[in-house]
Amino acid sequence: MFIITCPFCGERDQSEFAAGGEAHIVRPKQPTELSDDEWADFLFMRKNIKGVQFERWNHAHGCRKWFNVIRDTSNDKIHAVYKMGEKPPIK
Amino acid sequence: MSENFRSSETKFLDKTNRISFIYNGKKYYGYKGDTLASALLSNGVHLIGRSFKYHRPRGIMTCGSEEPNAIVQIGGNGSFTEPNVRATEQEIYEGLEASSQNCWPSVEFDVGGINNFISPVIPAGFYYKTFMWPRKLWYSLYEPAIRMSAGLGKSPTQPDPELYDHNHLHCDVLVVGGGISGIIAASISADNGNNTVLIDDKNSLGGSTIFQDDENFKIDDEISSVWLNNQIKNIKNKKNLIIKQRTSLAAYHSYNYLLARENLADHKSLNERANKLRQRLWKIRAKKVILATGAIERPLIFNNNDRPGVMLASSVKKYIDYFGVKCGNKNVIFTNNDSAYETAISLNKKGINVTIVDIRGKSSSVLVKNAKDAGIKIYWNHTVVDTKGYRRIKSIQIMEMSEDGTNVIGSKINLVCDNLSISGGWTPMVHLFTQSGGKLKFRDSDQVFLPNTATSDQINVGSCNGDFELDDIIKNTISDCKSFLSSSSTDFDLIKVSCPKQKENKNVWLLPNDKPLGKTKPFLDFQNDSTAKDIKLAMREGFRSIEHVKRYTTTGMGTDQGKLANMHALGIISETAGVKMGSLGTTTFRPPYTPLSFGTIVGRNVGTFFDIIRKTPMHTWHENHKAEFENVGQWKRAWYYPKTNESMNQAVQRESKAARESAGILDASTLGKIDIKGTDASEFLNRVYTNAWSKLGIGKCRYGLMLNEDGMVYDDGVTTRLSENHYLMTTTTGGAANVLSKLEDYLQTEWPELDVWLTSVTDHYATASVCGPNSKNILKKIFPNIEFNDENFPHMSFKNAELDGIYCRIMRISFTGEHSYEINIESKYGKSLWEKCMDAGKEFNITPYGTETMHLLRAEKGFIIVGQDTDGTMTPIDLQMDWIVSKKKYDFIGKRSLYRSDTMREDRKQLVGLLTDNPSEVLEEGAQIVQDEKKQPIEMLGHVTSSYFSPNLNKSIALAVVKNGKKLKGQKLLVPMKDKTIKVTVSDFIFFDNKNERLNA
Ligand SMILES: [Zn+2]
Repeated sequence: MFIITCPFCGERDQSEFAAGGEAHIVRPKQPTELSDDEWADFLFMRKNIKGVQFERWNHAHGCRKWFNVIRDTSNDKIHAVYKMGEKPPIK
Repeated sequence: MSENFRSSETKFLDKTNRISFIYNGKKYYGYKGDTLASALLSNGVHLIGRSFKYHRPRGIMTCGSEEPNAIVQIGGNGSFTEPNVRATEQEIYEGLEASSQNCWPSVEFDVGGINNFISPVIPAGFYYKTFMWPRKLWYSLYEPAIRMSAGLGKSPTQPDPELYDHNHLHCDVLVVGGGISGIIAASISADNGNNTVLIDDKNSLGGSTIFQDDENFKIDDEISSVWLNNQIKNIKNKKNLIIKQRTSLAAYHSYNYLLARENLADHKSLNERANKLRQRLWKIRAKKVILATGAIERPLIFNNNDRPGVMLASSVKKYIDYFGVKCGNKNVIFTNNDSAYETAISLNKKGINVTIVDIRGKSSSVLVKNAKDAGIKIYWNHTVVDTKGYRRIKSIQIMEMSEDGTNVIGSKINLVCDNLSISGGWTPMVHLFTQSGGKLKFRDSDQVFLPNTATSDQINVGSCNGDFELDDIIKNTISDCKSFLSSSSTDFDLIKVSCPKQKENKNVWLLPNDKPLGKTKPFLDFQNDSTAKDIKLAMREGFRSIEHVKRYTTTGMGTDQGKLANMHALGIISETAGVKMGSLGTTTFRPPYTPLSFGTIVGRNVGTFFDIIRKTPMHTWHENHKAEFENVGQWKRAWYYPKTNESMNQAVQRESKAARESAGILDASTLGKIDIKGTDASEFLNRVYTNAWSKLGIGKCRYGLMLNEDGMVYDDGVTTRLSENHYLMTTTTGGAANVLSKLEDYLQTEWPELDVWLTSVTDHYATASVCGPNSKNILKKIFPNIEFNDENFPHMSFKNAELDGIYCRIMRISFTGEHSYEINIESKYGKSLWEKCMDAGKEFNITPYGTETMHLLRAEKGFIIVGQDTDGTMTPIDLQMDWIVSKKKYDFIGKRSLYRSDTMREDRKQLVGLLTDNPSEVLEEGAQIVQDEKKQPIEMLGHVTSSYFSPNLNKSIALAVVKNGKKLKGQKLLVPMKDKTIKVTVSDFIFFDNKNERLNA
């Protein structure tokens, strides 16, 4: 069980948070103009990599804010935390 | 039996405190501080149990948590009994009852022992190979047979009556292990100003050094045990150091999150522990962790190395030096290293007969010289090839080894003995380190896996880090702790240590024998009865990965997780396959390190504390009126209100009729309620519901259907426009929390530009729903100032109101198809509101109804329940709810998915009604629906989702999802049940008042 630094509240136990899958998948502005394949790509395709991954997390039992986390899934090391709408601080 | 193996004085036990205990029905005595193992050994009892597969007699082998054999059942029958307790860890107390496991009828004579003689036919993978087919024998023969012979010990048959607790602990530094390196580490840490916690699993600190009285081991010119004893006294006075004894680390997770079990009562008699906590699970978050978990001695792998009386040499030393118990009168020590000579010298000093068999040719260690000087006979370059004695070892046979160690030469020598102490070197306890994500490296010189890279802020000190000699242990512990804790100086900086150095090394994983491997039994995993032969067989059959070999042979899969066996399994695999051990890797060590009882894991979360229970403000009224309750999520909802002698079915039929004929009242407080405010609230609703919201007038209500982005129905409910920019959304009871989360997600991440604010108000308001032809008359009485005619207060509209000066909201909405009102009031007035409705409704025979009747009434109307009639694969089109899907709106959640090729298929499963040919026959919910029973395999068309006997229609009705259902209307289908097949006809799913005339009645 790891520790996540909520950008609004600070360091908290993982049990306060809910994971929200891969980050930076933007909902298309005009879904009706996408082909089935393009829509399926948005809807279903996720990378789920072993290694450094960009993820969405929600401070569900805290401020309820969504934010982004850069986490190494192989060892749970968190490299950075940043707010929604912000650019990733590291590549 | 008299206590005749307690040979010497010991300062570690309280000899004034003599304790009696029962083992296998016999009474024995020991002293306070004894483990069950030491007490039994002091009475000359070695035979403890039978092995798992061959039922071979097995005895005490070790003195700690690595014990594979001496596992016992504690306590009599019933609630206090506990299986699989290691006799080497269980402290005795007055009245302790323990018994052998895995034997019948008794440990002395065990019927299963026959397996030993048929063992050639039970090779590795026996269970996998034998019980494959014929398949039909599984239930009648194989499974019962396996269940009978499998498992160790008996489960308690009653609930655990003991108390357990959970507690959080935060500290700067956690030190795990109270041996010499742990004591030094804790001392340095505390002196450096860190809030430090030291945990140790024994009842006294000091590890194996605390009973070391050999003059060769000196610290600051004192015997090491004397020096350590003083250190322990010192640290007990340190203010920022907490010491937890009898506390074992169960798990080490990432980010230095650790679970430790503190044993508070298992060493106390049942009287002393009554109404007290038995165990506490500590949830520790440490900034830094120092592991000082030590090492355990390796056995040696030779023919018949499993007899009672074969023990680890270091354990034999602890029994004599710590417990004052001799494990035999005539000891042979069989070793490949110098450390076992310490045991020999200790025994010799106590006047016990010792002989040494050493596989090495010589050793220049001072310990060896001391042993020689004491006159101990040493057989150099010899190995044990066989042992004799069924219930206790009686003699061994040794032979000289060939130069390369792969063979034996010469003639056999017979040595009579009643104890064989074996030592195959040391294995660092890296289990916890690897649990935390640490990676290991292999050291070839003494063939050990050592901590390499850690993922957490932690270090390993002492023998768990590969230091096996006192001077290395102490000096490396000090220097590693100093740099880890950024400490510039310590009390130990000038420490002087002298000790013997390990000399000549020799290691043979599987010792040679004069017989071929097929004729011998060199055990690796003592608990699971796997031998070196099994490993080789697995490899012949093509298994290469250590994880596969482990599962195929069950090596390391016992309650001891193979703490003794794993290294030898690896060694034999590497020798057989000709690969380097370092490249094989190890099996994964998983928590818990030692087994935890369920009570410890669940702590206080038992009985009524198992989960949160949510009750509505009207709950006590329902209770007082004999309601039966059902769980809906965490809510307790009134299910039905049986009158005296009424069955559930009778109550529901009565409630359903009353609601339609005059008036019914339902507690709808559990419905999720979300308050939505903001200038973009209408636009927001447009985006989250399938239908249009912009034109909903103020004071009007609308039903909405919410989809997932994949187009499947997610939730539904009525939303009311309270004012220009203010809505109240209702959700399903079970979906409330998820809907709020989903809406927040979209607002924060996809549409941050929208000015919308969401607040969950589910618990803020209580809701009474009054329905039926007389509902209007009842509300008129309660709210005399409101005009209830259809012009002023039409269906799907809302009014602000007051009840005794308390603000209420009244929505005229209906889930039953009847003329109906939902009254919302601040929660604390919910019960008063309910009672007022009951009073006002008395003359109309107002009837409280529960969720079951609500379900029936809505089914008559064909209203879906999300989660019952839908399952995450139903689109609104599948539900024949095309009318609610806006074609004009540019976008809403899930819209695009409704145009995917798969969701547009016409033969998807669709919601239909079903009428049974026999109108009094009620279908079972979940029953499968087919068209043709004869064509095999039978095609499953769908299943029944809701089914009731409708008292208002006087016939059975059902909702179902059926493949291509829309087109099957009017057709006959079949519902095959266990004892009959029910004939049904596909129908419309609105069974009652399909013109909605009653809404305005
Ligand atoms: Zn937060």
